[in-house]
Amino acid sequence: MPPAAPDLLQLKLVFVTGKGGVGKTTVAAALAQLGAEHGKHVLACEVDAKGDLAGLFEAAPTEFVPREIAPGISSMSMDTEASLREYLKLHLRIPVVGRIGPLAKAFDFVATAAPGVREILTVGKLCYEVRERHYDLVVVDAPASGHIVGQLAAPQAINDLVKVGLIRSQTDWMLDILSDARRTGLVVVTTPEEMPVNETLELTARVREETTVQTSAVVVNRVLPELFGQREEEVFEQLREPAAVSVLSERAGGPVAPVLEAARLAVTLRRTGAGHLQRLQAGLPAALPVLLLPELFTRTHGLRTTHQMAQALGEELGY
Amino acid sequence: MAPQRAADAPQTIAHLLSAKEIVIACGPGGVGKTTTAAAVGAMAAAEHGGRVLVLTVDPARRLADALGLKGIGNQEVRISDEVFRRAGVAPRGELWAAMLDSKQSWDDLVRLHAPDDATREKILANPLYQNISGRFVQSHDYIAMERLYEIHSEGTYDLIVVDTPPTRNALDFLDAPQRLADFFSSRLLRWLIAPYRSRLVNAATKPFYTVADRILGTQFLADISEFFILFQSMYEGFVKRSEAVTRLLSDRRTTFMVVSTLEATPLREAEFFSAELIARRLHLGAIVLNKVLPDYLRDSATARLAQHMADRFDTLGEGLTDDPVLAARVLTEVAESFLHFGIVARREAEEQNELVGAPDILVTVPFFDADIYDMEGLIRLGQQVWD
Repeated sequence: MPPAAPDLLQLKLVFVTGKGGVGKTTVAAALAQLGAEHGKHVLACEVDAKGDLAGLFEAAPTEFVPREIAPGISSMSMDTEASLREYLKLHLRIPVVGRIGPLAKAFDFVATAAPGVREILTVGKLCYEVRERHYDLVVVDAPASGHIVGQLAAPQAINDLVKVGLIRSQTDWMLDILSDARRTGLVVVTTPEEMPVNETLELTARVREETTVQTSAVVVNRVLPELFGQREEEVFEQLREPAAVSVLSERAGGPVAPVLEAARLAVTLRRTGAGHLQRLQAGLPAALPVLLLPELFTRTHGLRTTHQMAQALGEELGY
Repeated sequence: MAPQRAADAPQTIAHLLSAKEIVIACGPGGVGKTTTAAAVGAMAAAEHGGRVLVLTVDPARRLADALGLKGIGNQEVRISDEVFRRAGVAPRGELWAAMLDSKQSWDDLVRLHAPDDATREKILANPLYQNISGRFVQSHDYIAMERLYEIHSEGTYDLIVVDTPPTRNALDFLDAPQRLADFFSSRLLRWLIAPYRSRLVNAATKPFYTVADRILGTQFLADISEFFILFQSMYEGFVKRSEAVTRLLSDRRTTFMVVSTLEATPLREAEFFSAELIARRLHLGAIVLNKVLPDYLRDSATARLAQHMADRFDTLGEGLTDDPVLAARVLTEVAESFLHFGIVARREAEEQNELVGAPDILVTVPFFDADIYDMEGLIRLGQQVWD
């Protein structure tokens, strides 16, 4: 029996990752949209600020300070320096505001020395938003699969390095949030292709071994529709016989061979994809839900496709 | 009108590679960059001869998959001629492959630059060093370019094809050597480690250390300081080295090959990257566009025909099959599928037309109906790219 659909909307913090180019931003936007449609106050955060997330809501590019980009959805882009300033203001209570300048510079320097500090400022800000309950759901358009483990493991890495001090007490509560499967989850996005599937299998294993974060679901994006069943395929082959093609061309008023050829290509692509999908499902832990989102065949990506994807995601999640 | 070209400007990847020693494949993730790099390397070994190395720096082990090699590592491994022969190719030269092991490469670098054994052992044992070299992603960027420099200066290979890591910012690896040099020559660094060196903290710097202690904890600050004091002993070697790496990237023998698909997001990134390469006066040799859909999908007469088929599905297939009901359904699916893929193909063709600042060599590679997972596939892809 396939595992039950995860209740992603019950989580407080969802990281969406995946190999570059598989559509992780699209899925993050769809999840944010779905959350908003279910009455959640959502924060959507772009970590690799390329402005794509805001673009999917047809809004202007996001900044560090969250701004509402759609009903119920606020969006921000991560900026580790701004995050540091906020952190110093909130936690260090440095008496002289003027001091923050040089101190931030020094801290930034240390962040370069121990690059995990930069990661922790990102994860820290996200965990902070969760802890302070400013939003019902924080959706993170997270770094690609090559980087996400470093990011999620940063609090633990820092914890191992720093034994006492303010940072140590900070990483402790972050780890509490990240390790809590009822609050935090990771969604890995892939496509039904060779390399994305390999990377997804590798990534989910690494996340299990190297981080304390629970993988909530794997989302397979751009799944092509099944054109034919077996019986229909036989009929299709009959229609591709040269004699049939010339009759069809005559009746349709033009050469139909390319149209049939395109269908052949679509069937091949679908079949190749189905093989990878099978491999994915076989390689993942049985309890990990795999959700399928369709290829939309649209001209552009914007509000309309975001809504369509949110609907498709909602159906997969059983909402 | 096309811009004026130098009479001898290379027109094909084959031509381009015959004049270069280093090809750096770069671009957005998920576009077949690693596979393209491996395919180009395989073609160079097969057609041009000599010794060709494909160096992949992607932490995900994709090249090994494509070459059918399990567990290639930091050491270069030769792909046997037998692998080529099974793919129906008799290579003129040798193909080698290596995967960047970030941790191993850092350790090697420390061994190279450490002034004495004691310093070397201390650095290798420093917890901060272990984290930087092993766990954190940014250090990949620098070490990748460093390793390229190392291999190139050994002079073992006629051509090195480098597959760059999928960086957050595609340019990170270009800046990495300079960033590292800046880092080690920073005044702040000296300031930070001063008290541990002199055990003297004056009134002016004391508040800084008090705050640093509160944030970081004393032990961590001590680890940082130890790390940098030790690294200072290697400072000159490092800075010289990273300058040399930077020079190598802009050398005439080095060229960049931007890989993308025609999907909007990766293509934007590839465009941005191409513009940056030109702005930095680096050699943008070629753009390779992967997974391009066949032309016939864009044909407007065929699209009209498909629409016509979709409208007339019920009578079109009469008498041609043993199941008229199914035939009608199949024809509808066929026609709609053509129209669907046509939308994608037209969108992508538009994207290609709008591609700005393209170099002389712009190669499109058709959508393969099967994935590339062996040498045969690499050669098939390589031949599309080659000439």
